[in-house]
Amino acid sequence: MSMQNNYAFPDPNGRYGQFGGRYVPETLMSALLQLEQDYLRLRADASFQTELAYYLKQYAGRPTPLYFAERLTEYLGGPKIYLKREDLNHTGAHKINNAIGQGLLALRTGKRRIIAETGAGQHGVASATIAARFGLECTVFMGEEDMRRQALNVFRMRMLGAEVVPAMSGTRTLKDATNEAIRHWVSHVDDTHYVIGSVVGPHPYPQIVRDFQRVIGDETKEQILEQEGRLPDTVVACVGGGSNAMGMFFPFVEDTQVQLIGTEAAGHGIHTEHHAASINKGRPGVLHGAKTMLLQDEYGQVTPAHSISAGLDYPGIGPEHAHFAQSGRAVYVPVTDEEALAAFYLLSKLEGIIPALESAHAIAYVVREAQRMQKDDIVVICLSGRGDKDVEQVAQMEGGLANGANS
Amino acid sequence: MERIRDAFAALGSNKALIPFIVAGDPDYDQSFAIARAILASGADMLEIGFPYSDPLADGPVIQAAALRSLNRGCQLPDCFRLVRDLRSETNKPLIAFTYVNPLMQYGATRFFAELAQAGGDGVIVPDVPLEEAPELARVAADQGIAWIPLVAPTSGEERIQAIAQQARGFVYCVSSLGVTGERSSISTQVESLVQAVKRHTSLPACVGFGVSTPDHVREIAGYADGVIVGSAYVRRIGDAASGDGDAVEMVTRFTESLKDACRA
Repeated sequence: MSMQNNYAFPDPNGRYGQFGGRYVPETLMSALLQLEQDYLRLRADASFQTELAYYLKQYAGRPTPLYFAERLTEYLGGPKIYLKREDLNHTGAHKINNAIGQGLLALRTGKRRIIAETGAGQHGVASATIAARFGLECTVFMGEEDMRRQALNVFRMRMLGAEVVPAMSGTRTLKDATNEAIRHWVSHVDDTHYVIGSVVGPHPYPQIVRDFQRVIGDETKEQILEQEGRLPDTVVACVGGGSNAMGMFFPFVEDTQVQLIGTEAAGHGIHTEHHAASINKGRPGVLHGAKTMLLQDEYGQVTPAHSISAGLDYPGIGPEHAHFAQSGRAVYVPVTDEEALAAFYLLSKLEGIIPALESAHAIAYVVREAQRMQKDDIVVICLSGRGDKDVEQVAQMEGGLANGANS
Repeated sequence: MERIRDAFAALGSNKALIPFIVAGDPDYDQSFAIARAILASGADMLEIGFPYSDPLADGPVIQAAALRSLNRGCQLPDCFRLVRDLRSETNKPLIAFTYVNPLMQYGATRFFAELAQAGGDGVIVPDVPLEEAPELARVAADQGIAWIPLVAPTSGEERIQAIAQQARGFVYCVSSLGVTGERSSISTQVESLVQAVKRHTSLPACVGFGVSTPDHVREIAGYADGVIVGSAYVRRIGDAASGDGDAVEMVTRFTESLKDACRA
């Protein structure tokens, strides 16, 4: 796969092959061009990188462990399974990596106010956290339906001093929260930095978020070499917008012997209408400022996504993932609600680690495929977040908190 | 494209009134009746919004209209049909307002060809800025459709120049930061935006976003070549759809009052 050598995306137009770009109202273009310029300057600025590294270490708690999941490995009787413990970050997920980076970006560009969209609430919490730490004003847009599903995170954001605005349009989930955040940004573009939470949106956002999340894969590479003396055979991560997956995949892009697997939310199954499998079931289209793979009808109306996990409940995907899928560098496989829920319980019981429902999709893939892997294969799963936020939702599905969780 | 040029030329010292409605809002027949009434009561051109599920550049009023239309099953073929049905009765320019995704799905060549065949004259795509526009603008031109780009208060002289050069038909000047929707006043900055556009093109410069009242129209008519009024129409149509008045009568009266404000 020589085409992967010297991987150089995005190109100067913000494209990843045919995907990406900047499909936004003209009002935002100057801000995006300025952001790109500022970002490229700061990326090369040693004092910015030193400050970023400081907060990642002393505030977020990095590096996160690469943990050998011994009991899961034994149980499956298959490959050696390692978990990249992003759940151990401050605020409980990988989202803080990007929020710290973009919070510093806002500070260095003189913005006193940030806005963010959130699905499961993890990115909203991370943004609210950083806003508190850096003394920034923060407004988070969240779908009304997600506010109901993730009430605890709404409360956390408000405790941290953020304003949470319900997105009432469309399906009232992540897609609509992102629409509202972009609309708000168009009105406040002169004094507000928009902290996009995933590798989505117009250029340069997919690149910025990728760069701030690549610490996941960089650490993983170093840690697996230390523990196993070689690179993994397979790396698995769940994909909604795809920021934890991109952070994990990107440092391995040119290591073509490492298989990259993204797990898409298949909801009730990709043969039904209730899923969020934009790579497997979507077509190229434009969502939130980027050309990417998109769930849509024949006339280009975006169709609602479904997933048990609010963080994967998104009809699009980051444009670089669409590019990876097209070039074959990564493979994207569907995992159903049911499989994810089973993996949620399995990891809790075997390892004493309650994973986020999002991350449970990645675990479920390995549970399903373990039989087809070699015993001495090494598999790394990105455990993108902890499942505390999902406990109440899962309890309700099981008939309420009083009914125990002995399935 | 000629129809747009001729329409501006025929205005003399008056300014163009360009109302906006959403196709299929609240249903096909009513939107046709509303469009006819607007054209018959003094509009110089009509901008027809093609409904979209995720209208990023629109405020709540037009979002709601798109939803009303989509819920009644209005899709692209119905939008082209509305253009065709109106064209059989009017010689005034008809301009499509569409987000890029429906256009891309349908295929740009096919989209512009069908729009032209139906009798459409121009297109406005609010989520395609300068950098993403060249290919689409070329395909539109090949089919005889004017590419009408937007300039914003944030654009800056260099971008304004490039956008003005890309424009056909007229240049759409966005009055203020933000999405579409009624405003209580019009920013004084927009006059300098119009002047900047005029430094770089001889095409007409029209102002939209937030234009809501005859007073706004009168003010803008003092320096621009035309005004686009959207949400103020769409809100009236929405009110009528929920039982509060007759849409045709309301848009007729509203158009007459705006037309009056466009006269020199």
